[in-house]
Amino acid sequence: MKRFFKAGVKENTPLNKNHFLLTFAPLEEAPEPRPGQFYMVAASGSYDPLLKRPFCFFRKTDLGIQMLYRIKGKGTKLLSGLKTGDVLDVLGPLGNSYPMPPKKDTALVVAGGIGIASLFPLIEALEGRAHVIYGARTKNELLMLDEVKALSMELAICTDDGTCGGKGTVMDFIEDIPDEGKIIYCCGPLPMLRAVSEFASKRGIKGYVSLEENMACGLGACLGCAVKMTSGGYKRVCKEGPVFKMEEVGWER
Amino acid sequence: MNTNVTIGNLTLKNPVMTASGTFGYGEEYSEFFDLGRLGAVVVKGISLKPMEGNPPPRLAETPCGMLNAIGLQNVGLKRFIKEKLPFMRNYDTALIVNILGTSVSEYVRLSKSLSDAGVDAIELNVSCPNVKRGGIEFGIDKKALRRLVLNVRKAVGTALIVKLSPKASDIGGFAKIAEDAGADAVSLINTIPAMAIDIRTRRPVLSNITGGLSGPAVKPIALRMVWEAAKAVGIPVIGMGGIMNAVDAVEFMLAGATAVAVGTANFVNPAAALEVVEGIEAYMRETGTEDVKDIIKGLIC
Repeated sequence: MKRFFKAGVKENTPLNKNHFLLTFAPLEEAPEPRPGQFYMVAASGSYDPLLKRPFCFFRKTDLGIQMLYRIKGKGTKLLSGLKTGDVLDVLGPLGNSYPMPPKKDTALVVAGGIGIASLFPLIEALEGRAHVIYGARTKNELLMLDEVKALSMELAICTDDGTCGGKGTVMDFIEDIPDEGKIIYCCGPLPMLRAVSEFASKRGIKGYVSLEENMACGLGACLGCAVKMTSGGYKRVCKEGPVFKMEEVGWER
Repeated sequence: MNTNVTIGNLTLKNPVMTASGTFGYGEEYSEFFDLGRLGAVVVKGISLKPMEGNPPPRLAETPCGMLNAIGLQNVGLKRFIKEKLPFMRNYDTALIVNILGTSVSEYVRLSKSLSDAGVDAIELNVSCPNVKRGGIEFGIDKKALRRLVLNVRKAVGTALIVKLSPKASDIGGFAKIAEDAGADAVSLINTIPAMAIDIRTRRPVLSNITGGLSGPAVKPIALRMVWEAAKAVGIPVIGMGGIMNAVDAVEFMLAGATAVAVGTANFVNPAAALEVVEGIEAYMRETGTEDVKDIIKGLIC
């Protein structure tokens, strides 16, 4: 059983103009993913783009493994053209995963935009113990809302432009959560990660963030995805991460 | 079928190795194939003291290539010998360590320690484009290169490889200096200094501003430089630069490379180096080549 395998595309469903949900099924035996882990997927068989693209493990269904992605550049544009039956080179699952809280504890899950992709399997694994705040710039960027709602203990939605849920960022609503739980999980844009980490630190709550960085190999070899740690030095998003303790991450860039 | 090649006092079971900085310390790839199938593993460049590396972003992708400016992040000599080297000893493959110093005496100390630790060959990195001190100063100054190689050669009997920079004005001349000073082989090319710009932010993509270009984009340049170097020296040339598969590898060998290194391809396909080994074997079978050495310098022109 290897972490480098061929997979057949089962579905590649557009969720809106630039967001897609890709389902692939490994054509050989592949290890089970855990919430927070990611896959590197070859966008094409050609040398341009050269490198695989990292995507969070989103969900496992009867059909296969799902990834949520946004068309951002050449690689994701090519991915959006994949059809059922196409075969992909996939590397993974890679990286660490979200540590689970003790059985009875509730958790606060804060997602920003496409950051829901990483947190979704965690919300699922929390089995109704997750208070979720889900924010995005606009309604279109809130993805899989019904599914998130069904899995959450409580769900607060917000958009920067007020087109869905409350108007504002997750930071405008985080204070409204009556019981934020004993642990916070967060994935989204960097300023949000930083703000939520500061909130957690002020409240004395521990928490985890999932980080994103350009990477070439996904295996810890290229050292391209280094992020600064508060303790000095760098850690690799692909190997020691992508999930880090909030207090570990050096936010100043 | 004989696939052995020789570099100094070192015999490799086949001509395929990994390029430094693209294969970690070996362990990162051990789950994908038996590392013992490779002629050699060249590990990430080691310096005397651990190095933190450059701030992110360290990578940028370009058409058919990538830029990196890692800045030689590494665990340092001590931890390498204690924690990383023993792992590679589980495999029946040569272990080559790439080293970087800021002075001749640092290179000598590194070489001695690694030689004592039993590594099979030492590759002097005189061509890293991404660190401020050391390395490339020696790679683009013939006098400095000569002094460096002479001193390391005096200090160790271990097979000695000099990794040359594509910035060298006359690659054949630099290769010759390495040979005359006692090197057992030269390896080339290291990445080509390059840059990328984000027009939205008007900033360089890499925090280091410039980085090293690698991947298929550099292959034709690398091939030409390997050909030039191989004409200039009698010692083996280790060819690298954008080798993605066995066809590329055979091209380098025809141009004059005794051995080849797979680099960026390891990032794209973790089994790439093994596939190059198997592909060269298949090419030999198809063409009725009994000895891999018959491919070396086989270019007709």
